[in-house]
Amino acid sequence: MTTKLFGEPVQRREDPRLLTGQGRYLDDLGSGALAAAFVRSPHAHARIRDIDVSGALDVDGLVAIYTWEDLPPRVAEPLPLLIPHPALTHGRTAYPLARDTVRHVGEPVVMVVARDRYLAEDACALIRVDYEPLKPVVGVEEALVGAHRVHEDVPGNVGAHLVQEVPSARGRTAAEEIEAAPHSLSFRLDIERSASMPLEGRGVYARWDPDDRSLRVYSSTQTSTSVRMALAAKLGLPLPSVEVIAPDVGGGFGVKIVHPWPEEVLIPWAAMLLDREIKWTEDRREHFVSSAHERGQVQHVKVGFDDEGRVLGLDVTILHDHGAYTPYGIIVPIVTATQLLGPYKIGAYRVEFSSIYTNTVQVTPYRGAGRPQGVFCMERTMDRIAAYLGLDRTAVRAANFIQPEEFPYDQGMMFQDGRPLIYDSGNYPESLRMLKELIGWDSFEERRAAAAAEGRRIGIGIGCYVEGTGVGPYEGGHVQITSDGRVHVSTGLTSQGQGHETVFAQIAATELGVPIERVSVVTGDTRRFGYAVGTFASRAAVMSGNAIALACRKVREKALRIAADALEADPADLEIDDGIVHVAGTPTASIPLATVAVLANPLRYAFDEEARRATQFTGTAALDRPPVAEGQEPGLEGRDYYSPVRSTFASGMHAAIVETDPGTAEIKILRYAVVHDCGKLINPMIVEGQIHGGVAQGVGGALYERMVYDSHGQLLNASFMDFLMPYATEVPRIETAHLETPSPLNPLGIKGAGEAGVIPVPAVIASAIEDAEGIPITRMPISPSELHELRLRRPPG
Amino acid sequence: MPERTHDITLTVNGVVRHATVPARRLLSDCLRHDLGLTGTHVGCEHGVCGCCTVLLDGEPVRSCLTFAVTVSGHEITTVEGLAGPGGRMSPVQRAFAECHGLQCGFCTPGFLCTVTALLRENPAPTDAEVVEGLSGNLCRCTGYQNIVKSVHRAAELIAEES
Repeated sequence: MTTKLFGEPVQRREDPRLLTGQGRYLDDLGSGALAAAFVRSPHAHARIRDIDVSGALDVDGLVAIYTWEDLPPRVAEPLPLLIPHPALTHGRTAYPLARDTVRHVGEPVVMVVARDRYLAEDACALIRVDYEPLKPVVGVEEALVGAHRVHEDVPGNVGAHLVQEVPSARGRTAAEEIEAAPHSLSFRLDIERSASMPLEGRGVYARWDPDDRSLRVYSSTQTSTSVRMALAAKLGLPLPSVEVIAPDVGGGFGVKIVHPWPEEVLIPWAAMLLDREIKWTEDRREHFVSSAHERGQVQHVKVGFDDEGRVLGLDVTILHDHGAYTPYGIIVPIVTATQLLGPYKIGAYRVEFSSIYTNTVQVTPYRGAGRPQGVFCMERTMDRIAAYLGLDRTAVRAANFIQPEEFPYDQGMMFQDGRPLIYDSGNYPESLRMLKELIGWDSFEERRAAAAAEGRRIGIGIGCYVEGTGVGPYEGGHVQITSDGRVHVSTGLTSQGQGHETVFAQIAATELGVPIERVSVVTGDTRRFGYAVGTFASRAAVMSGNAIALACRKVREKALRIAADALEADPADLEIDDGIVHVAGTPTASIPLATVAVLANPLRYAFDEEARRATQFTGTAALDRPPVAEGQEPGLEGRDYYSPVRSTFASGMHAAIVETDPGTAEIKILRYAVVHDCGKLINPMIVEGQIHGGVAQGVGGALYERMVYDSHGQLLNASFMDFLMPYATEVPRIETAHLETPSPLNPLGIKGAGEAGVIPVPAVIASAIEDAEGIPITRMPISPSELHELRLRRPPG
Repeated sequence: MPERTHDITLTVNGVVRHATVPARRLLSDCLRHDLGLTGTHVGCEHGVCGCCTVLLDGEPVRSCLTFAVTVSGHEITTVEGLAGPGGRMSPVQRAFAECHGLQCGFCTPGFLCTVTALLRENPAPTDAEVVEGLSGNLCRCTGYQNIVKSVHRAAELIAEES
């Protein structure tokens, strides 16, 4: 293979359009469409007594107003519960428009369609909804008491309860190991709510074609194929009559994997009913109160360990706040429970979680999807053990690491995909060595002393994680070479900034031996590829990358076979270089892939120069055989799927040096270092970018971002003025180093990288602040005023 | 009753444009939906994220906090107007491509307008000046690392080409 682009920092092919204002995001489409807006509940919990729309009827440009009672049976049903689980005994989902009860501020109650958004909002403001307020349930501990219920038929507000237990090698339970251990500790940890918060909110634009009775829907989604299936079912349309396209998407980070959203069903339904194009673009306040949040756990930890800090038994009880509904099942707490173990061999492990309803926005995956909570728990535990034993924090971690020769390593649990939690490969001791060198761990005490001499207080922290990536069940790829020599690649999963058009083109160009300029990639368009799962769980590069490579190999094999016939050569002697097939060592015996593409189709109207040129290769037809041989298809194209036996496990370790102001308690990150192992890198520039962005979101979760609900269930900071996301001024320079431990599970040897950066950050910052201050840090995020409070409460001495 | 409207005239990216808008029409909506220039994005509608930043008589402003009627007679530059003659991307645009200064691209037009004005004021900013100059624009994808690099690279390109 001579056109080697895999592994190169190729510049992104999507950038020219995005840099010149030629991107096409959801709200850039449908300039003539009607606009929808929603009346949303101002109450966290209330019964709807009456809806009076009469005041809105005179609004100029009003087209329609809909409440739940207007919806046909299939549309009116509760939205689907996407991922049922036996432990989710009380799964509940919302109606697309509230039926008789609202369960969080922001729940949609009435949909208005008007000539433009201003007028639609005018009408919304004139609709009167009479509510009977009910007692709201806020906070998991209050919810567990069960004095009031979010759903009348869910006692104690417990949606799910799951216990997983892995005995130690000598067959003891976690409780027995902790009891028998030389040392033990128990403590509580808290992580507050945050959210994906992409800069583009959700949005839907629907076009109904009454002539051929087909529906085309654009959605700012992380899964267009599944939105399509949901719409076909909800609207009673044949699947081939529905197409769903994810256009350019302005960030997802998890929230856009949920589907179908109420608006994703209602907008297409109304477009069909009214026979008009309709568009809804979420505004920022709507995004805060009506999409989804994450994080939000209370953890109770018991751990038993020996004199070297080796964990003999670990028992974790998690209270997970899943908000008012569970459309995405209990993936988040399952991921916390299973990924908590990180790079460590834990003697015996017991984890129990309760997933609890509250009258707040639903909780679904946000980048990291439960891992930051699990890593916070495990890494706080490692630091506690080190402090108790007076050992270096990295030594305690090293004492517990799975060793390189122990892979594949079976953690003895079931992972989020229902498959065994078996780590495929990794090298944790080397990763730690690299990290300590990068941050200067061993010379930090000198640095601390020098800072102290200047009256400054600094601390160093560390966090390690393992991330299951590339979950199945499958993705596919389709590759077609046309008679102009261009290569058209498509895959069903979607893109939200990960650079798929570039990395998938790199893979195709490398596999096929063509210049990357001739390769184009389409993602998230069901007109091009109908079977897909979606972009989440750090899976796109692993899943579609491998599927596209496999599809390219099929096309390559066919191209070589046809070229071998034309050149009267053996396919094994052929190479493809710069888009030309030639006999190895004989550059003159060659045929362009464009010509091969013509030869691959027995129907050869001379539409173009290439088809005319191909006639020299046609030879004599074998009149006793069909023009398309049995088992063959016309055209130079191929389709293949990649379906892994289980996930592949990436890993990484981060360290930070922070400074805490002795007076103001301001917290500043002085250095931030990352060692990251996601197997083979397709494009190191893009992987680095993913890590940078993840770390920045982690910094937000550690120091700034929280959803502040009051006791009435009102979200007090539902704007960018009050929900503090990091600007350039808050994110330190991020230093990175890469380790490449290839995955043995897939043809390209790659692992996922999308979520990695965010996962350990709160644990790392907590570790560093604790080191600077000598005060246990048990909850994240932490603000200067909270650190000040902790200082005041510090026991004397 | 139909809303009262106003006729306005703006010079957008060097072209004189007319629109008929209600007084409450935001400049961001006017650019995007009345003039079809959808490169300017709206991320928060309350002036915090900076996605909607355009140049008003050369100075960066939040188009989501500006009523279109208030800028009649003024010159606006949007992301669509940053490229040079013949459509060649500006040094700032090229630097962002070269340094991987964007991922999803939604905040990018705002950054490009901000940085274009920043480098005109200060052609060779220090690291601290770059970070300060970017501190009114949110990006949720890049962690700003490569955006800072892009600004320095753009300064180099401008110096080389002037």
